[in-house]
Amino acid sequence: MGVEVRVEGLTKSFGRQLIWGDVTLTLPAGEISVMLGPSGTGKSVFLKTLIGLLKPDRGHIHIEGHDIATCREHELYQVRRLFGVLFQDGAMFGSMNLYDNVAFPLREHTKRSESEIRRIVMEKMEMVGLIGAERKLPGEISGGMRKRAGLARALVLDPEILLIDEPDSGLDPVRTAYINQLFVDLNAQIEATFLIVTHDINTARTLPDNIGLLYHRHLAMFGPREMLLSSQEPVVAQFLNAQRVGPIGMSEEKDADELAAESSVNMPPLPPIPPQLLPSDGRPRRTQQPAGDWCRRNGVTPPSGSFADNMVMTPGAPA
Amino acid sequence: MSVNTVTKPLATTGRLFAFGLDVFFALFRRPFQVREFVQQAWFIASVTIVPTALVAIPFGAVIALQVGGLISQFGAQSFVGSAAVLAVIREAGPIATALLIAGAGGSAIAADLGARKIREELDAMQVLGIDPIQRLVVPRVLAAMVVAVFLNGLVSVVGVMGGYFFNVVLQDGTPGAYLASFTALAQLPDLWQGMAKALVFGMIAAIVASYKGMNAGGGPKGVGDAVNESVVITFLLLFVVNFVMSAIYFQLVPPKGA
Repeated sequence: MGVEVRVEGLTKSFGRQLIWGDVTLTLPAGEISVMLGPSGTGKSVFLKTLIGLLKPDRGHIHIEGHDIATCREHELYQVRRLFGVLFQDGAMFGSMNLYDNVAFPLREHTKRSESEIRRIVMEKMEMVGLIGAERKLPGEISGGMRKRAGLARALVLDPEILLIDEPDSGLDPVRTAYINQLFVDLNAQIEATFLIVTHDINTARTLPDNIGLLYHRHLAMFGPREMLLSSQEPVVAQFLNAQRVGPIGMSEEKDADELAAESSVNMPPLPPIPPQLLPSDGRPRRTQQPAGDWCRRNGVTPPSGSFADNMVMTPGAPA
Repeated sequence: MSVNTVTKPLATTGRLFAFGLDVFFALFRRPFQVREFVQQAWFIASVTIVPTALVAIPFGAVIALQVGGLISQFGAQSFVGSAAVLAVIREAGPIATALLIAGAGGSAIAADLGARKIREELDAMQVLGIDPIQRLVVPRVLAAMVVAVFLNGLVSVVGVMGGYFFNVVLQDGTPGAYLASFTALAQLPDLWQGMAKALVFGMIAAIVASYKGMNAGGGPKGVGDAVNESVVITFLLLFVVNFVMSAIYFQLVPPKGA
């Protein structure tokens, strides 16, 4: 059973540069949430703040009665055992082979026998499809394999919260689809709370229960997937549909002239909302709501053609 | 001059000391990483032994040449040996050790930790609930200290042998006089202070290198900068500390025959 993460009024700046301010959101226990945002809006910084690698200027992060933002170093190391983190490039220890990398947390934190460690490590390696590569060094394998190995290491202590930094960067679409499926299956299996930071629109549209969007030094919106996918809010609609029309420009934000010129242009219609990705064994997701349920309860009409099976997934294409 | 140019180096100095304190406290935290310590000691020794020996020979030789020439002018050839031993054991040994432990050992530590830092390995380690200072830095600091003491011994032996060779073979000194005057000026505390210096040098070099490596930033270039800075800072610190320790030593231990 996963753990709820409650973030209140979190603010972080480097020197005089504000990264984001007053971020308030709750990652519901056991659900998959995705954090989106244009490049350079501090998504990775947000992730690192959640695990206490960076101290926020203000605000609180409540996890099981601990406040990550203010607690002592000693307490921090305790709370961190609830976390599994997958870094962008896997962050494998270069001097150890994959087996030792995955076994590392077990050897450091538990008094298990080597045979027991072997059983657990092999189980996790099989989960991510790395059987046969145990003796390879991280330098000898592809980026996708390093990511999966990092995932195996993050899973080895049975985390309650999984933080994943850009699982799809540098991965081909097929591997991305596989790794997304893996997240859904894992979520159904271990019931942990997931937070995935990504740029990939397909991932963001089909994978999560909740979506958040960081933009212009604040959290533009956070909420259930259907809420953001049916939102007419220009920033959200623009980003989730990968369009040029909208407030996000090539540089961090568009200048006033460009925005004024565009204000008369109507946003293109929203594409249909795709169905959620389901676990591969046909079970429903742990916190699954019927498709379109949120829209019905909140009186929002989803774009026509939403929730149809076998939908063509082309972000940005006209509906 | 803005306030920043004054406070920035001060802040860095403060953080370096804070880091040193962290390392000190982590020293007593169990479990002690025996394996990492042995590996690092072996590694640091392997990158420093040969260069140290090669540096020690000309060091001993140049002292023999300088001191030998000077002493001959005074007409005290029989004391050439004792002067060479004194110079090598008191100063040349610790200085050569400092150069090598900072230049070869320290740069290797900074490069290693810097690479781990930018590959996010150190972050990953912290997230896995392991303190990199206890797991990686403490074994390196202890290893550098131990190896520095041994290097000091190596420099002393090789330096004295180098001095002997140059004095006896090239300057036509007499072996008997060289050996007989060995203990005329040098005394046992000279050896102890050399070892104490080496111990402190090893500690400073490893702490500075670890600090710089763990705070490397900005990609591969950041690692290069960290290595460069760590070597320069260590050199500066070691030469200052060497002077201070020598001055204290002369106050505590009177020269022989004085």
